[in-house]
Amino acid sequence: MSATVVNPGELHEEQEQLNYLTNGKSLKSWLLTGDHKRIAILYLISTAFFFMVGGFAASMIRLELTSPAGVLLESETYNKTFSAHGIVMIFLFLIPSIPAVIGNFVLPLMLGARDLAFPRLNLLSWYTYMLGGILIMIGMILGGTEAGWTFYTPLSSMYSHGTITITILGAFVVGFSSIFTGINFIVTIHKMRAPGMTWFRLPLFVWAMYATSVIILLGTPVVAITLGLVMTERITGIGIFSPELGGDPVLFQHMFWFYSHPAVYIMILPGFGVISEIIANFSRKRIFGYHFVAFSSLAIAGLGFLVWGHHMFISSQSMYQSVVFSLISFLVAVPSAIKVFNWTATLYKGNIRLQAPMIYALCFLGLFTIGGLTGLFLASAGTDVHLTGTYFIVAHFHYVMVGGAITAFLGGVHYWWPKMTGRMYPEKIAQVNALLVFIGFTLTFIPQFILGFMGMPRRYHYYYFAPEFQPYHIASSLGASILAIAFLIPGIYLVWSLFKGEKASANPWGAHGLEWETASPPDTHNFHHIPIVTDEVYDFPGVEYAHPSHGHKKKKGDLTPAGKENH
Amino acid sequence: MASIAHHDADEFPVHVHHQFEDIEQQNESYIVGMWTFLVTEVMFFGALFLAYILYRWNYQPDFYRVHENLSPLWGGINTTLLLLSSFTMVMGVHFAQLRDRMKVVGSLGATIVLATGFLIIKFTQEWPIKFHEHLVPGPTFGTMPEHLHGASPRAAEIFFSLYFLMTGLHAIHIIIGILIIGVLAGLWHKGKTIVTEDYVPTELVGLYWHFVDLVWIFLFPLFYLIPQ
Ligand code: HEM
Ligand SMILES: [Cu+2]
Repeated sequence: MSATVVNPGELHEEQEQLNYLTNGKSLKSWLLTGDHKRIAILYLISTAFFFMVGGFAASMIRLELTSPAGVLLESETYNKTFSAHGIVMIFLFLIPSIPAVIGNFVLPLMLGARDLAFPRLNLLSWYTYMLGGILIMIGMILGGTEAGWTFYTPLSSMYSHGTITITILGAFVVGFSSIFTGINFIVTIHKMRAPGMTWFRLPLFVWAMYATSVIILLGTPVVAITLGLVMTERITGIGIFSPELGGDPVLFQHMFWFYSHPAVYIMILPGFGVISEIIANFSRKRIFGYHFVAFSSLAIAGLGFLVWGHHMFISSQSMYQSVVFSLISFLVAVPSAIKVFNWTATLYKGNIRLQAPMIYALCFLGLFTIGGLTGLFLASAGTDVHLTGTYFIVAHFHYVMVGGAITAFLGGVHYWWPKMTGRMYPEKIAQVNALLVFIGFTLTFIPQFILGFMGMPRRYHYYYFAPEFQPYHIASSLGASILAIAFLIPGIYLVWSLFKGEKASANPWGAHGLEWETASPPDTHNFHHIPIVTDEVYDFPGVEYAHPSHGHKKKKGDLTPAGKENH
Repeated sequence: MASIAHHDADEFPVHVHHQFEDIEQQNESYIVGMWTFLVTEVMFFGALFLAYILYRWNYQPDFYRVHENLSPLWGGINTTLLLLSSFTMVMGVHFAQLRDRMKVVGSLGATIVLATGFLIIKFTQEWPIKFHEHLVPGPTFGTMPEHLHGASPRAAEIFFSLYFLMTGLHAIHIIIGILIIGVLAGLWHKGKTIVTEDYVPTELVGLYWHFVDLVWIFLFPLFYLIPQ
């Protein structure tokens, strides 16, 4: 067994002491904190706020589309609404959500460290994020942006009026907050692992955060300079991307997608990490093919940088480029598929408990698989030429980003909620709500696949030319209403649980991992003593499993600790 | 039972932060952090180099013609200044390891002088002429066609946009470098233990400075020495 288990007496004594939540109550103690756990909470509150802003814009979009001639918004307002939706959701919610909330909170705990390597940089990251967020909000209030979250030139650089410069500045600033987080995570993972925490004892969530950080570090500076160039064009009138001035707008697309394709992995890889943790712990099994899952994250980080051209099949990119990008895009789906197969294999003969996090994880498996497979339709240039610019794209990326990333985020928040707050959320409601997310989501986005196939263009706010689309749009809007409720309910019961929830023990799930060996909630310094790790990752004691060499079922831990046998 | 892996924090001088176990861990973290930061810097400039490559490819003859406005002499002098400053920086780190306080201050001071010389040349000998010759991108660009040397005004404007963006971004890095080296030299001068007991802060600043020099080593031939 592990040498890291804290004996109950000590645990008790720990709980009497101040934990990270009670250690300092003033607002100042929160706003000037260096504690990664408090910064995670700051990020949780702020990303939740921006999620609501983005969600409000989404409801406006879905309302508008219930009628073929539009309901409420003018064309330009509609453009600003979907732009606001995309910009807020991607830059202010999806990209920071899992790394900066869950990663910030659990990464040092999982490594057995007292904090991230650079606590002040971590706090700076949150302030940078807030500054960027406020700039984007100001941009929206002062007039809004109609160029979409992709800011294509020359629309964004020359023709767009409104306050696009401020919005782009906001996105630029937010980029630095993820760079700061990325640097912090890389250094922490390299240098702050507890003794005995070797690379292959790292939980898969840590591997995922490592791969995510690599992408952030290599990609974000490029988009920063790209957006910086668009701003410079608007301010000084130079023409790097403007054809009238000798520039090349397609260069913008290359530079933008060089970041933004990898950015979709910034959004989904952390989700992969969360799902690995949940599936291992709620099947009480070591993840099948741990090394494959770990390295597939790195493979995604590498290959993800070589496929951006699949967003540009109908640009002036040459046919030969398209062929190569298409092929590599097929390759990049392989590591994702490896993960899905391995998770499924982990479930096999696992000791599965269907608590809320696990239900979210299972939803993720199904939804992400559909999202990923439809990605392959789009990766083959021939099909994409027909589907690009339709609702098929919209459905594809919502399957991966909402069905994948947000489902994983919700699963992760439920899973680590007892650790973060010291309280249990109400299990029954949470289980039902997870199903509601699934139902609402499917009803929203399956019709969009069909609409896309029928030819409904994305970013249009009317379809009077094809009234037969209406039933699908209404179904989708109905689903979106269910989904909205299913996102609100956790907000309510999680806040409720802060006051009324059952007190959580240090390890309410019987999970394995260092974060479950400190108190819930942990004290400010995480561990009284830095632990020494002696056992393997996901080494669950006392679980029925088929013994490979004996061919019969046996209780793990009967003779020798299983972790040692496997190695 | 959890056991104690390392020593207690108070055994060390004050500057080991609470999250680290010992000074080695702290220093290694800083060094990894600095290298990671430099990777982001490479990507940052890399995006601009990509734009440069594209337009050089598209407009090579025009780039050749219009680049004659830049003075290889001043560019060469500036390159020399930066190379020398890298050398003095190396000496600074070297003396920091030997804890030779006054020599460190001297080397860092020399680095600042050389870097300031670089900026002075850029801002007095190079950039102002471009304003006079209407070679700064904007509405008046190219209104004195004799300075375009026969290049197409649009390509020439792209050339100078890139020139000002890239050397400007580089100059910002030089200014930041001068400030940081100044603070570092001040700390050494006062004999603050945070730098004198431990050469790593000096080494980190050195790494940054070498990176800034390295960028210039690429910028100089790309703008000043374009072959026909
Ligand atoms: C499994 C591998 C995947 C493949 C092969 C793939 C392929 C593609 C392709 C070819 C497009 C371009 C469609 C077009 O505009 O014509 C696309 C769009 C998109 N994908 Fe994926 N995808 C994959 C996974 C993901 C993941 C995991 C995410 C996010 C978490 C994602 C998010 C997006 C987004 C946001 C867009 C639309 C961008 C826009 O134009 O606004 N994809 N995908
Ligand atoms: Cu892509």
